[in-house]
Amino acid sequence: MRKIISLILLGIVCVGIIFALYSIPFGKDKIKVGKHYIYNGIKETGAVNIVTSVVLNYRGFDTLGEVTILFIAALGLGVVLYGKKKKRKEGLEPASLVLYTGCRFLFPLILLFGAYIFIHGHLTPGGGFQGGAIIASGFLLSYLGCPRKWISKERFNITESLGGLVFVIMGLIGLTIGGYFLSNFLPKGIANTLFSAGIIPILYCAVGFKVGAELAGIIYNMIE
Amino acid sequence: MNFLSNNIYYIGCFGLIFIGLYIVLTKKNLIKVIIGINFIDTGVNLFLITIGYIRGGTAPIFSRPGLNPERMVDPIPQALVLTTIVIGVSVLALALSLAIRLYHHYGTLNLRKIRELKW
Repeated sequence: MRKIISLILLGIVCVGIIFALYSIPFGKDKIKVGKHYIYNGIKETGAVNIVTSVVLNYRGFDTLGEVTILFIAALGLGVVLYGKKKKRKEGLEPASLVLYTGCRFLFPLILLFGAYIFIHGHLTPGGGFQGGAIIASGFLLSYLGCPRKWISKERFNITESLGGLVFVIMGLIGLTIGGYFLSNFLPKGIANTLFSAGIIPILYCAVGFKVGAELAGIIYNMIE
Repeated sequence: MNFLSNNIYYIGCFGLIFIGLYIVLTKKNLIKVIIGINFIDTGVNLFLITIGYIRGGTAPIFSRPGLNPERMVDPIPQALVLTTIVIGVSVLALALSLAIRLYHHYGTLNLRKIRELKW
């Protein structure tokens, strides 16, 4: 009965969406704002990757809000899971030699790859969020593979707070120098080199550390 | 057939969204409902990316000189989806933690058996 009702509901919604989408052509031209960003993005921000320049320069304040949402979700997860009985991991079997050595070998490489992704965020596909997710996956591997070497939660909290602080401080310096929040006050440099695009690499490093620490903290809380 | 080949991307993303909605409406297990919500999230992300696509387009990155800006896809949906993915992940983690708490409190994940949620 319930299934039939939900199928009928979905059918009604589906017909409505087909009529709405029928007038939108697929794969045609972009909108005006996108064109402006593509044609003037390098000149105005110095970043080769237009998506990065949109995320951190044109819509940088939006990104600050997004990072705040991630922070609040991590905080809420900590609050919800707080007070659960903490079982110590004494009864766990140690991992086999291959798994243990493999994860100890791979863990620094994964961190290095994540750092590469977020440092080159203004040149190549990638950025702070992706690099942070890769770093968190490295921590997940280390939690699953070698449970003895757990990194404590406090260090994650410190890293996360530092990342957020750097972001806000860069924004405030931009406010005092350039006249608006997160204005690009550093020289833009030559496009397509590592030290270009002003404050964008610094901001992306801050975002990378923050997202990595937050996701790793989430993983820590869920495993604990 | 022409209609199908023109709109295959739209059909794919809305297929994902409808599968997710169906799961949310009919399943009883809370974990399955959360997976359905994640399906909807993925479908919406895919739809946003699809709207910005141009036939034969390239990524909006000037990684080497001589790339034609006319052929680049729209960067704004990609930037928005970057936001959406991160928020989706955090919401998923929060929902799973709530599910863990519910399981500790009620001893079951069946939504029909949890009181105050019966309909």
